[in-house]
Amino acid sequence: MADSLRTGGTSLPIGSDADLAWVRQEVRQAAAELGFSLVQQTKLVTAASELARNTLVHGGGGELEITRLDRGSSLGLRLCFTDNGPGISDIELAMTDGYTTGGGLGLGLSGAKRLVPDFDLVTEPGAGTTITVTAWVYTVPSARLEAP
Amino acid sequence: MSAPFSGQASPVSVLALKDVLLVTLQGELHDGMAEQLQQDITERIANNKVTGVVIDISGVEIIDSFLGRVLAEIASITELLAARTVLCGMRPAVAITLVELGLSLPGLTTALDVDRAMELLARTAPAAPPGSEGRS
Repeated sequence: MADSLRTGGTSLPIGSDADLAWVRQEVRQAAAELGFSLVQQTKLVTAASELARNTLVHGGGGELEITRLDRGSSLGLRLCFTDNGPGISDIELAMTDGYTTGGGLGLGLSGAKRLVPDFDLVTEPGAGTTITVTAWVYTVPSARLEAP
Repeated sequence: MSAPFSGQASPVSVLALKDVLLVTLQGELHDGMAEQLQQDITERIANNKVTGVVIDISGVEIIDSFLGRVLAEIASITELLAARTVLCGMRPAVAITLVELGLSLPGLTTALDVDRAMELLARTAPAAPPGSEGRS
């Protein structure tokens, strides 16, 4: 999406389970402000929670950057989770439902990917992991007139 | 929401109603709190004559795989301790998200609200051996 315009970002640390709660609140608030529907918000916040926990448990902590996107006709949200952990050596395996090294259910990555339309994972063994997800507000064709 | 503290209100309240524990979850639940809750419920079942647990999640906006796993485990543990758990009040958006996440929580008994959850427990509750009731 080369035409997307960044309109300010927020950076949040991910270092404890209290930070996970903070991540959920911030993502929820940003999504609500942009006009995401309740179901979209819930999916996005849930995906953010899974990915932030991934950053914490597997990446040894890291950070989330929240960016609001505006490409004229629609608004969106980009969440970028970065850690400097060990990276993922077998991405395909890590993306498999039920595969876990962290004692969870193994739904973190695969589940989060299903919840967001756009999911991008960059990782290298020893060089950390960056996961970027992007979601756009569905715009209803017959939009009501509303103050901006 | 008559929370004891303003601002950082406790997201968990546990109320004993006769032999049923009514657990109400509200808002943000940290991972540590969810695990603590699991322990608390288990101990209360073991120490008291609790035969049923109702977990009201109508105030919960998000259930991720961690909280989902904790809830499913609470249900399995209570079963081992001769009690039953009914999860009630799940928001539609949460249900949609859980299924898409891949967490459909099979084996968990659910009800639409607390009243129906209580009814369900009362109807099926005392795990009396078949034939021992209906003798009046």
